[in-house]
Amino acid sequence: MLAFILTRLGQSVLVMLAVSLISFIMFRYVGDPVASLVSQEASIADQEQLRERLGLNDPFYEQFFRFVWNAIQGNFGISYRLQTPVAELIMSRLPATIELAMTSALIALVFGIVLGVFTALNRKNPFAAGIMAFSLIGVSLPTFLIGIGLIYVFAVELQWLPSFGRGAVVDLGWWRTGFLTETGLRSIILPAITLSLFQLTLIMRLVRAEMLEVLRQDYIKFARARGLSKRAINFSHALKNTLVPVITIAGLQLGSIITGALITETVFQWPGIGSLFLSSVAVVDVPVMAAYLIFVGFVFVIINLIVDILYYVVDPRLRIGGTAKGH
Amino acid sequence: MTETLKAAPVSQPVLSVKDLKVVFHLRRGDFTAVDGISFDIMPGEVLGVVGESGAGKSMTGTAIMGLIDRPGEVTATSISLKGERIDGLDEESMRRIRGKRIGMVFQDPLTSLNPLYTVGEQLIETIRRHLPLNEKQARERAIELLADAGIPDPAGRIDSYPHQFSGGMRQRVVISLALAAEPELVIADEPTSALDVSVQAQIIKVLKRLCAQRGVAVMLITHDMGVIAEAADRMIVMNKGKIVETGPVGDIIHRPQEPYTIKLIEAIPSIKSQNPRYVAAVAKGEVAIGGKTDAPIVTVDNLSKVFDLSPSLFARVLGGKSRKLVNAVNDVSFSIQRGQTYGLVGESGSGKSTCARMIVGLLEPTSGSIKLEGADIWRDKEATARRRQKIQMIFQDPYASLNPRWRVGEIIAEPIRALGISKNATEIGDRVADLLERVRLDPAAMRKYPHEFSGGQRQRIAIARALSSQPEFIICDEPTSALDVSVQAQVLELMSRLQEEFGLTYLLISHNLAVIRQMADAVGVLHNGVMVENGEVEQIFSDPRADYTRMLLDAVPDIAKVA
Repeated sequence: MLAFILTRLGQSVLVMLAVSLISFIMFRYVGDPVASLVSQEASIADQEQLRERLGLNDPFYEQFFRFVWNAIQGNFGISYRLQTPVAELIMSRLPATIELAMTSALIALVFGIVLGVFTALNRKNPFAAGIMAFSLIGVSLPTFLIGIGLIYVFAVELQWLPSFGRGAVVDLGWWRTGFLTETGLRSIILPAITLSLFQLTLIMRLVRAEMLEVLRQDYIKFARARGLSKRAINFSHALKNTLVPVITIAGLQLGSIITGALITETVFQWPGIGSLFLSSVAVVDVPVMAAYLIFVGFVFVIINLIVDILYYVVDPRLRIGGTAKGH
Repeated sequence: MTETLKAAPVSQPVLSVKDLKVVFHLRRGDFTAVDGISFDIMPGEVLGVVGESGAGKSMTGTAIMGLIDRPGEVTATSISLKGERIDGLDEESMRRIRGKRIGMVFQDPLTSLNPLYTVGEQLIETIRRHLPLNEKQARERAIELLADAGIPDPAGRIDSYPHQFSGGMRQRVVISLALAAEPELVIADEPTSALDVSVQAQIIKVLKRLCAQRGVAVMLITHDMGVIAEAADRMIVMNKGKIVETGPVGDIIHRPQEPYTIKLIEAIPSIKSQNPRYVAAVAKGEVAIGGKTDAPIVTVDNLSKVFDLSPSLFARVLGGKSRKLVNAVNDVSFSIQRGQTYGLVGESGSGKSTCARMIVGLLEPTSGSIKLEGADIWRDKEATARRRQKIQMIFQDPYASLNPRWRVGEIIAEPIRALGISKNATEIGDRVADLLERVRLDPAAMRKYPHEFSGGQRQRIAIARALSSQPEFIICDEPTSALDVSVQAQVLELMSRLQEEFGLTYLLISHNLAVIRQMADAVGVLHNGVMVENGEVEQIFSDPRADYTRMLLDAVPDIAKVA
């Protein structure tokens, strides 16, 4: 187990190094950093001096090493646009994105699995058929359209929920949460639903397909032949086997919830990291973009790591030392 | 029969089935899988149900258990268990009978256990469902059941997962599960078909012993007449959903009455019947098959293959795991004479298929040499090119070895095109038509797709494909083990005739010793990658030298063994 986790950790470090290399190349070679820093009147000599002071004339590997070392310490440079440290900027936006993503992920997982199991077990039920038809909308409609549609119905026409922003937040010192105020909770509903809808329908359809597949297996037939109760067969034998492949896909989807938050955050003017990235792209604020790239890579690596460990916990066949023994 | 009646003074059958029908309502019309069959099983009796695929034998077992799903529909005048009607019961009452009063064993022990739970969890779950025991008592009972089924160290193995057991051991677990709640009847659906012969014999013994001890009646469903001969008291022969013949096993095997049964029994090769070519040679006075003077077509010298299954370097360093090398084939040597058939036998994991894959060029040997007409096919460039044309292969599963998206004509023509034997489209077409005729198929078949053919016909297509490059040497890896006995007999007959027509040499790999004795001139016996015996077929079958060969021959369930 320990060796397995350490192997995976080692691989994660390699992936992160590759991501930071790409990020560094973007940071260093997309446009001239000195040109972005100094005013147009600065003399060539001044620019040269700055270049020397920033270490831009050092060999490539030294610069890269310095970049990685700074990144590990949380130092991503200073935003060209806002002239504040990038790390501070990201930390101020991160809680909003994480809260939105986690709420969406929770909605997607809970409803996805429950509805998937329901539709798999009641294939002939008209209500299940209705859910399946409705799920096509979730898969095929683009996020921004769903967001705008929800805003129109619930914020503009019915006026039940706010149409933008995060509401009031409570500062916990290191984290600013919207979960503790009424406006905060009301504000998160529409964006969370918008963001989760695609993942929800995807997970639901996946669970349904996997469950139908598992129910056809011999061990389910054998479980029935042993006279086990319907509940034991469906929820302990079938569901556990269904979740093995679902964990992988769901894990990767959670990663894309965080990156996909970009569009939702824009539609709902949610003050998260996605909207920060978008406004930085508009003005070529390279340090923020580079940091965002590393952040996204980091999220995916961590999620993959968790998925691998979960796999290992759920499926005994993957545990090392589990080989067949004699006749 | 009379004995079983004496053993049960109350002559009430355990199971009595009257006029059972299973009909599937499909879109293209109704399909009757089981068509009005009636039979009884007496207490303590083993009733064998035999038939070819599609005969409806498994369907009968599943219908009795009430496990037929829509669109299937079961109707019967009555199905009674100890005089109590069990047909037409609702799902919940049926669930109390399944496992509790009727146990079931399925064919494939690899798939009939849930991979995510330990065998103990699955046993305890079943025991507690049917018997009023607490967790601890159920666990004790589970350990007893595993011990009874012959699992060594049951207290230690109970918390293992199914994948940690070998196939035979897993089937023992499945049998313990079926017997967990002391049922009155066990329905065993092909319980040994997925296992090796030696393991098969053990499993039949375990099943028979456990059922005899407990006085459980058994319905043994199988396509293998040998298994029935070994295990059953009485048998039913089924064909196309109907009972053809029923009676004591000895009577049916020695004196079959119905034409279908006669045909079926004739088709089964027995390990007791001598090789027909050997018999012919003896009759002509040319017994000395051993005195061949021609150079062999294929010579295998000191062939070895080592698979490296070591964990990754990282795991080795951190987890303290050691390197793991598997000697799949270990110093094997043999030679094959032109125009002969060389049989390679052994259980799964003995290295037969690894040998075949090295000879055909799919797998590089770790050491040793394979010579085709004297030239090493792995070192000599020219011999490698010649190998492609001269050595072809026929695989076990005719359902998986033909590309389902290609037409039969394209499948057979592929070797001709790939080896550049002919480029002219009409010539290729003529060749394919000719090949199809030679394997006794209609040339019009070339415009069809593989799924339009039965298993036996597909294997003929595979043979036609192997023949299309005009090879001299064909490796047949279990060519008939996926086929029914009557179809197997036809395919083997076809192979013999083609051998005479084209002067082919075969390397025949099979776990079925009767097939090997019937087809081969010389035989090699592999055990754990080592060649334990090698020689003329009749010498090995009538006078085996190695203990392993003797054990293998004794283990085979064979119709000739019935009293």
